[in-house]
Amino acid sequence: MSKTITIDGKTIPFEDGQTIMDAAMAADVYIPHLCHQPEYTPHGSCKLCTVKVNGRNCSACTFPAMEGQEVLSETKELIDDRKKVTQMLFVEGNHFCPSCEKTGNCQLQGVAYHLNMLDNHFPLFYPDRAVDASHPEVMIDHNRCIFCTLCVRASQQTDGKDVFAISGRGINKHLIVNAQSGLLKDTDLDVNDQAAHVCPTGAILIKRTGYQVPIGERIYDHQQIDQVSLAKEHLNHGE
Amino acid sequence: MANKIRVATTSLAGCFGCHMSFLDIDERMLQLVEHVEFDRSPITDIEHCTNCDIGLIEGGVCNSENVHVLREFRNNCKILVAVGACAINGGLPAMRNHIPLEECLNEAYIDGIGVENAQIPSDIELPLLLDKVRPIHEVVKIDYYLPGCPPSADVFWKFLTDLIDGREPSLPYELVHYD
Repeated sequence: MSKTITIDGKTIPFEDGQTIMDAAMAADVYIPHLCHQPEYTPHGSCKLCTVKVNGRNCSACTFPAMEGQEVLSETKELIDDRKKVTQMLFVEGNHFCPSCEKTGNCQLQGVAYHLNMLDNHFPLFYPDRAVDASHPEVMIDHNRCIFCTLCVRASQQTDGKDVFAISGRGINKHLIVNAQSGLLKDTDLDVNDQAAHVCPTGAILIKRTGYQVPIGERIYDHQQIDQVSLAKEHLNHGE
Repeated sequence: MANKIRVATTSLAGCFGCHMSFLDIDERMLQLVEHVEFDRSPITDIEHCTNCDIGLIEGGVCNSENVHVLREFRNNCKILVAVGACAINGGLPAMRNHIPLEECLNEAYIDGIGVENAQIPSDIELPLLLDKVRPIHEVVKIDYYLPGCPPSADVFWKFLTDLIDGREPSLPYELVHYD
């Protein structure tokens, strides 16, 4: 008989080596997340997937599933925490959705919609951040970076390159690229690299591809991010 | 109806797009005015609001007059609502926040293409610009938020009919968008 945990009272089977997130996704249970994608080593930085495991808060994407765990996810307390975390992500950067090419297809926005986030709650930082449009086909808008490191991991783990990294700590944390000049055009990033396509926000964009899908037909216009995320998971497993 | 719900509206650092979207409720406006009367609003041209139930604020604050108007609304409205992206996070006007104010003024009034008689306006009648555009929740307490650029007519309709019918206002997934 397979090993099981419970998530919000529902029995979920798991195999050794799976995280709580892995087990949940396989069983069609959505736990909100931004910095996690199943194909990359979990990073556990966005904290959206925080769940209560036997009474303690843990990141579901990094915490191993173990026999008999009682996991709470969709509690009012955790949902409120997730909304606050998302609001912090919004106020720390410059997220002006109406002027962003990613709008409608943005995971940060999708999570915020899913959490019914209607306001920012906190004072806005309006940080001064640059745009790097030096590369002929890919641009970085640092205003929208949430430091999820998905581009860092995709570049290393899928593309076999080392184009991106996070530098600095705390409020000075920022995305850097692997070039003496500090410019994307001087890296070996190719437009077909996974790292150029993995960004959950509008921080890394492919040039000349914006606004191609009309309003009403974009990913999160009618479908919530939980459905989209679980459908993608099934697709990855050839179901 | 004897006691209609009194609604005031204004556009601060906004483009009036939210007001236009509100008017997109079209013929439902006739149903609305059975329950609602408009106090201070671009719709009525009344200059100051008094004892209102609901205040709808479009736009963030970019100058001293915006702050005064916002405080007048807070002092006179039982329920104050941030309407649209600019009221909620400063919106597109806040994209000037990383450019020093002097540079903005120079670009518009001194160095801009086609500027004649170059001078930065400084009349006592003109409100002073704030160094940064701010969302309204940083200035006064806000009770409800209607996101969108603009919020659709259905958002206004859902929100106001919820309040009129005595329900706690809520927006379903389809009505929540930031663009």
